[in-house]
Amino acid sequence: MPTLDFRTAIRDALDEELARDERVVLFGEDVASVQGGVFAATPGLQERHGSERVFDTPISELAITGAAYGAAVNGLRPVIEIMFGDFLFLAMDSLVNQSAKFFYLSGGRGSVPLVVRSAVGAGGRFGAIHSQSPIGWFHNVPGIKVAAPSSPSEAKALLKAAIRDDNPVLFLEHKRLYGVKEEVDGDVPDVPLGRARVAREGADVTLVSVMKGVGDCLQAAEALAADGISAEVLDLRTLRPMDTDAILASLAKTHRLAVVEEGPANGGWGGEVLAVAAEHGLHDVDDVWRLATPEHPIPYSPPLEDAFLPGVEAIVASVRSRLGAASH
Amino acid sequence: MSASATTGAQAGAQTQDGLDLYRRMRLIRRFEDTIQSLFQKGEVHGTTHLYSGQEAVAVGVSSALGDEDRVAGTYRGHGHALALGVDPQGLLDEMLGRATGVCGGRAGSMNVIDLEHRLMGCYGIIGGSIAAATGASLALRRTGGVAVAYFGDGTTNQGYFHECLNFAKVMSLPVLYVCENNLYGEFTPWEDVTAGRIEARPETFGIPAVTIDGNDVWVVRDAAREAVGRARAGEGPQFIQAMTYRFVGHSRSDPGAYRKPGELEAWRERDPLKVARERLVGALGAGDADVDAIDAEVDEQLERMVQAGLAAPYPQPGPVPEFA
Repeated sequence: MPTLDFRTAIRDALDEELARDERVVLFGEDVASVQGGVFAATPGLQERHGSERVFDTPISELAITGAAYGAAVNGLRPVIEIMFGDFLFLAMDSLVNQSAKFFYLSGGRGSVPLVVRSAVGAGGRFGAIHSQSPIGWFHNVPGIKVAAPSSPSEAKALLKAAIRDDNPVLFLEHKRLYGVKEEVDGDVPDVPLGRARVAREGADVTLVSVMKGVGDCLQAAEALAADGISAEVLDLRTLRPMDTDAILASLAKTHRLAVVEEGPANGGWGGEVLAVAAEHGLHDVDDVWRLATPEHPIPYSPPLEDAFLPGVEAIVASVRSRLGAASH
Repeated sequence: MSASATTGAQAGAQTQDGLDLYRRMRLIRRFEDTIQSLFQKGEVHGTTHLYSGQEAVAVGVSSALGDEDRVAGTYRGHGHALALGVDPQGLLDEMLGRATGVCGGRAGSMNVIDLEHRLMGCYGIIGGSIAAATGASLALRRTGGVAVAYFGDGTTNQGYFHECLNFAKVMSLPVLYVCENNLYGEFTPWEDVTAGRIEARPETFGIPAVTIDGNDVWVVRDAAREAVGRARAGEGPQFIQAMTYRFVGHSRSDPGAYRKPGELEAWRERDPLKVARERLVGALGAGDADVDAIDAEVDEQLERMVQAGLAAPYPQPGPVPEFA
């Protein structure tokens, strides 16, 4: 069966949407270069679609994001790349104060069809300010969507959906996924934003995650199965809007739910999942908890960073411990 | 037709055109007077930043634009909106927080959007207008349009200014940057917090820049026509620094105690309405009665608008869609 890797999935989605709709434009730092950006996700797109639609920008996050907003409210459908998620903080005014509010403030007469691609996530020894996943910052902003794909096929489908969406969408690409390959048979089916998927069926506990965390949860579920624990893995795919129905449906089945979040628990999206369970599914809850990162910046040194992240072993140990405690 | 009759017809058209410019400026001035009075009565809420004194800039620039062009205004944006033809009643109702407001009462004074009248937005945080217009020009270059950003002297010290001027120049975008230098960033004299000359900054980027009398609507229009024409012809971004002065405080809470002695009085002599009236009754051959008639008509218009606005319904709270 043919394979699709995550980088190519991103490039193919961009290529197909650029070809499908001439209002789509792509710009950012180094995206038009021969290498196709620092993460090599966009090579060849300028050659195929021209320098007016695919172009490099100055290293100016404010200008890139602000210009994308201005272009979006005047008829284009820009896709921009903010190289590292940590750099999104430089562009918050444009994303939060302008893009996210335009639809509401305009009385619904205008919208901002904008996609902000950004590479996030730790594990690459990039240190404290090139490794963050700043989801909580955007989770608190009405008017913006946040997509966080877990695999090549999910990335391709969700990026196409994001480009076709009329709202600002933050599209997060986990750095540790760029090299991931997947067997894909034919075209990737469409996926709507805001809909989770059950990545593995289970009966005893639900593991909820996004991006690289989904793969970690799947590996953990495999290990737990050897212990006779049946774990369901829920890939939220889109964090905002969040598929609360899927969370509650899985909780009703397993009665135990753990969120695996690569980021601090304080103010994170995992807290929202637990709030959904408490507010709307309390009668189904035997146990809910979070695996998140410690409340300090992301360290550089390999043993420190490895211990910092909620990996497969930590997930397995946590589930064993909580289910053991619950059953005695 | 004789040569003198042609000249007479042209002069008549020029006079009428001048009266139209005057009417628009007068409408902005009286609109702002009305907002101030309604604010004091508790009918306009939060804060307001009035355009009084700067009318010639927006009216002059707008008179140089076409249907295909787009504008990004500022939090001092009532004048930017009215100069573009935004419905005055809809704008007033927005300030009053009514359902009939141009944004349904959702936006208020600092954040007005009216896409149908070419206003992509007004930006409550300085610099937003620069980014919005820069981005708009990426879209407008496909259709021959030009984007205009208004901003103040204070914004030239903001990150957006430097990032976007460079961005627009390297991409040769059709955008006109209009710096309204009213001498103060909030309460602080611009020269106390700004290194060098403002017009030297765009010049460093290779962007043509002119500094003009921002209180003479004809001077502004001529400069805007030239700049917009160059941008439309593919010559890239253009920059105008319009020297002007606000006759009121920065916002409603500012009495303007920082003004230098005699400064306000000196600028009052250069009131854009006074300048326009003098030119109309002088070189353009209008009568004082023609100008007085406009004043009276605008006053009546505002009175009717206030009555209608205060009678308009408030929007009802209720669920609204988060997404388009």
